[in-house]
Amino acid sequence: MVDVQLWVSLRRFADDQSVVTVEAANIREMLAALVRKHPALEPIVSGGVSVAINGEIHAESIVAAIPPGAEVILMQRIKGG
Amino acid sequence: MALDQEKTKQFKYIGTRPKRQDGVDKVTGQAKYGADTYQSGMLHGAIVRSPHAHAKILSIDTSKAEALEGVKTIVTRAEFATDVTGDNWNILENVMADKTALYDGHAVAAIAATSALIARDAAKLVVVNYEPLPHVTDIVDAISEDAPIIRESSIEPNVPEGYHKNITRRYECGKGDVKVGFGEADLILERDFFTEGVHQGYIEPHACLAHVTPDGKGELWCSTQGHFNVQRVCADLLGMESSQLKVTASEIGGGFGAKTTVFIEPVALALSRKANRPVKLVMNRSEVIRATGPASSSWSTVKVGMKKNGTITAAHGTYRLQGGAFPSAPSESPAQVTFAPYDIEHAEMIGLSIMTNRPKQAAYRAPGAPMGVFASEQIIEEMAHELGIDPIELRLKNAAKEGTKGVHGPTYQRIGLIETLEAAKAHPHYSTPLKENQGRGVAVGFWFNFGGATSVSMALSLDGSVALTVGTPDIGGSRASMALMAAEVLCIPYEDIRVTVADTGSLGHNDDTAGSRVTFAVGLATIEACNAAIKELCKRAAGEWGIEPEAVKWEEGFAVPSGANAGDFAPLSLKELAAKMNTTGGPINGHFASSPSGAGPGFATHLVDVEVDPETGKSTVIRYTVVLDAGKAIHPDYVEGQMQGGAVQGIGWALNEEYVYGKDGRLQNTIFLDYRVPVASDLPMIDCVIIEVPNPGHPFGVRGVGETSIIPPLAAVANAVSAATGVRQTRLPMSPPRVLKGIKDKQSHG
Repeated sequence: MVDVQLWVSLRRFADDQSVVTVEAANIREMLAALVRKHPALEPIVSGGVSVAINGEIHAESIVAAIPPGAEVILMQRIKGG
Repeated sequence: MALDQEKTKQFKYIGTRPKRQDGVDKVTGQAKYGADTYQSGMLHGAIVRSPHAHAKILSIDTSKAEALEGVKTIVTRAEFATDVTGDNWNILENVMADKTALYDGHAVAAIAATSALIARDAAKLVVVNYEPLPHVTDIVDAISEDAPIIRESSIEPNVPEGYHKNITRRYECGKGDVKVGFGEADLILERDFFTEGVHQGYIEPHACLAHVTPDGKGELWCSTQGHFNVQRVCADLLGMESSQLKVTASEIGGGFGAKTTVFIEPVALALSRKANRPVKLVMNRSEVIRATGPASSSWSTVKVGMKKNGTITAAHGTYRLQGGAFPSAPSESPAQVTFAPYDIEHAEMIGLSIMTNRPKQAAYRAPGAPMGVFASEQIIEEMAHELGIDPIELRLKNAAKEGTKGVHGPTYQRIGLIETLEAAKAHPHYSTPLKENQGRGVAVGFWFNFGGATSVSMALSLDGSVALTVGTPDIGGSRASMALMAAEVLCIPYEDIRVTVADTGSLGHNDDTAGSRVTFAVGLATIEACNAAIKELCKRAAGEWGIEPEAVKWEEGFAVPSGANAGDFAPLSLKELAAKMNTTGGPINGHFASSPSGAGPGFATHLVDVEVDPETGKSTVIRYTVVLDAGKAIHPDYVEGQMQGGAVQGIGWALNEEYVYGKDGRLQNTIFLDYRVPVASDLPMIDCVIIEVPNPGHPFGVRGVGETSIIPPLAAVANAVSAATGVRQTRLPMSPPRVLKGIKDKQSHG
């Protein structure tokens, strides 16, 4: 199981939860499970998010594996100039 | 100077300062920039722009312009695709207005003619019938009760009911409970801060040459930070297939984020398609400032609580950024970044994107971050002074390190903030005595850095030299950095490697040169492309020796048997293997493509001394030091260039630069005489201290350096001016009249 930490303004789309637990082995599965559990998150997720796994930010790639017990943070899509 | 913190690797080429690969071309004027491309039969374009800040476009009459001799075609929004959605729809809306002109300078039509002069004359003959609408250009006014609502349809689902309709995005992050944190504080300080819109100020205006033929194929040469992105967006806006549009990036005279999007390129393509001739389009400076680029203006409210010993107990920030008449202001960035350098238990940050009748904001190095840090780092500095604690010591006391859970969410891996603070404290600058009317400021900055999609190829020549092909325009010296990394891996001289920036038809997709990603991500792909070639070289040597490829290794530029059991063979050099390659299996190439993560975050500490003339309010920067963690500086000259460039742009942002709008909503200062960027004579030499705390996500430890250096200077300079004048500087730019007024007000109020 993966505990996904949401940024604060997403909580109203996830029954006011700050952490959502889903079954997932990688980012792709985690995002899909998150939307299945809380469909109101769909426009946010499909609009583009980044994910930090144990402090390493995956700006847009969805293939990274999520190790057991990893710290998983959902982040607004990171952009640079 | 370089301070190696962890000397885990010894390098032969990396860390040296060889001559740049584009040096001769640039110093002799041979380098081809966006406006330096020509084709026979080429037409010249000009754009008709709105003189209104906000107006309905009732009709466009082009008949007089079309009648002018030499005019070949005119396009309006009708020439673009109608099924564009999402971000690209907003780009299209900015490239060419549809039913409404949204800001002063918004494009409404374009002309192609046989000369630039005729095109400009014809632009004046286009009659546009406008119905002016109420406008708003100021960020505070934009969310006042009586502000005109600009585009309600752009509000994102993350904005709760009840917010002003010009707020298009709301982002909130944080940790803990700020009420608890502020309850634990001995000292609480809260202030509002304002920054004006600024332009990235690249010297080279936007320029391109487009040619679309009747069979639907197109070719485009342009100045851009990412020609693959230009290809993708232009194809969508024109209703073309991406692969039918070949885009070549010219040399680039600066972009700083604003050349990660398109402005004139789709217009030139539309003109060319309609005229069936090549069309060149070059902006003048006024167009660049009116209709491209600007970074958001901002209004930040920041509150910090501290113990008497300097421990930060809580932080709260609301960052409002205006993104012009488009839902694009990067307000989530200051929310995430401003307090990220600190280990704070209770923090809450909110970002709000606000619409105004200004041009569509574009990225400007670490988009959104400098404005927020202008607020947070001033509060931190002011509280340090109030508590009688050295400003660097206070920051060290609260500094994030490996294992700290950042206020934006992730727990840090190995980072170098503390090393930058300690180096700044030890620098002679920090102990140099100050004179009357002088002040010193400190500020720190954090930036994420990025990876991004990347493709790199390398090809071995028969003489053993190497052609390395990348797909990211070289803005800050990346060709030299890639050649150094290839030299290090292949163990051949830097001079034997030539790096070319390929067009979109010659290499796989590459994301933009942006996000401080190129030395990290393209460097990583370069290393792996070279490793792929080395694998093949070892295989060829194994064939020569009649042993298994696994029994051969690459060492100091030679294939050698991997051990005594492999056999006793004389090493084969890269040159020897290259000379035989066509008869031993064919050409030897290496290729690598990926979207890597692992871009280690960057931290910087800036020190600045400023002298303020109490009679005029003019601020002069007399000493400036940038300390930055580069992970590993591949070519230190270029790292220092990024450090100095960021500092200088930040100084301009802090002291002089601003978009000035009249009551009519029109921009008042559209040329460099009125929009004052710093020049060399305004500045001292910017001293650079490179810290090297290796990034575990890169084989050589590289961290991005392109953006972090512009984050601290606004606050650092403001802290220095505040110290020199005794007046807290809460509004940018700190122009002489504004600073003088502050001094006079202070004197009159005792």
